[in-house]
Amino acid sequence: MITTLKIRDLAIGRGERVLFRDFSLTLEAGEVIALVGANGAGKTSLLRAVAGFLRPLAGALSFEGPDGVVPAEDARRADCHMIGHQDGLKGGRRARDELLFQARWSGGDAARALAAADRLGLTRLLDLEVRVLSAGQRRRLALARLIASPRSLWLLDEPLAPLDSAARSLFGVLMAEHLATGGLVLAAVHDALPITARTVEIGA
Amino acid sequence: MSVLAVLARRELSLAWSRGGGALLAVGFFVAAAVMLPLALGPAPGRLAAVSGGFAWVVLALASLLSLDRMFERDFEDGALDLLALGPLPLEIVAAVKCLAQWTVTGAPLALAAPVVAVALGARLAAAPMILAAAALGGLAFAFLGGTGAALALASRRGGVLIAVIVLPLLTPPVIFGGAAIDNFTAGLPWATPLSLLAAYALGCVALTPFAMAGACKNAQS
Repeated sequence: MITTLKIRDLAIGRGERVLFRDFSLTLEAGEVIALVGANGAGKTSLLRAVAGFLRPLAGALSFEGPDGVVPAEDARRADCHMIGHQDGLKGGRRARDELLFQARWSGGDAARALAAADRLGLTRLLDLEVRVLSAGQRRRLALARLIASPRSLWLLDEPLAPLDSAARSLFGVLMAEHLATGGLVLAAVHDALPITARTVEIGA
Repeated sequence: MSVLAVLARRELSLAWSRGGGALLAVGFFVAAAVMLPLALGPAPGRLAAVSGGFAWVVLALASLLSLDRMFERDFEDGALDLLALGPLPLEIVAAVKCLAQWTVTGAPLALAAPVVAVALGARLAAAPMILAAAALGGLAFAFLGGTGAALALASRRGGVLIAVIVLPLLTPPVIFGGAAIDNFTAGLPWATPLSLLAAYALGCVALTPFAMAGACKNAQS
């Protein structure tokens, strides 16, 4: 279980351009960080670097658990959720199949997945194909995986964008519950999160 | 249910729905076989002489049909990120994808191949060898095709690129498989070409997942 994410003097570039350098951050269990910054400042790139998809130009990323440093590979495979701009859902499959797959793949089970769907008000939609869902419903389906399979570190890229106000406040409650169990949230946002969060600016 | 079974179920269902799945590949195969007598004329001797080799070449092309979306859809809709953060390494994910592709298109094509070859005039006795060669060759086609599909990720006109990357790699199995069928029909020793085909197919199964995983990671970065 991850209890601390440490980022030291990180530099990330895309193509020939350096997005940011000397970026440091420490995220502790029970804490939310809202990453803010202009479009193109590197918020998504930072999240993808934490998830291991991008290789930083310089600096270090480390995950620590209660017993010391956790190898990055293990931390990402077992204890890290990422919700990006795309929801990772297949349009041609039923919402139920997609949710069950995503939940089981990331370590949850069917009972938890169905409970999560209920929590997010998706139960009536589960027999529909994903393609007929609205953007907000799809995002809720993707968010259901966060609570269907317990993983400590949530990496969220604009999680609120397609959600209506009721879903936003519900997501605030879900985040608070996650933090209460020792979770960590790193979210790139433009709008304020529906929960008290430490704000870190990229490219300031 | 183990995560491997969960993944295999998903990949089978996706392979089935991708590009028409088995029906399209087998339909293409049969349609091409129907065209052959129209082009060559109906003389039984002439058709019988080329039936085995023809069935084999069209099989290779048919198995390429639905390959181009193998990784692309997961890449486009973000599911590849989810797969990369799962409990199994991407190498295993890639291998499961290729096995699902083989199960859904390669195996039905292997069953159709002897039927088509015999309909074109191959001897009935050659049918088991054609089935064996097509099943083994199909395994190589699925894994090589998957490699092409992964390499073509994030490039425009990926479908054309896949054909250019993959077709040269398909030549050894086509040669070995064709030789196995020819030798078997002519009563010559056929174990060597069949073993070489099996070795090539197993080599592909063992090695290409690493290439596919590398290509996926490169596309994600």
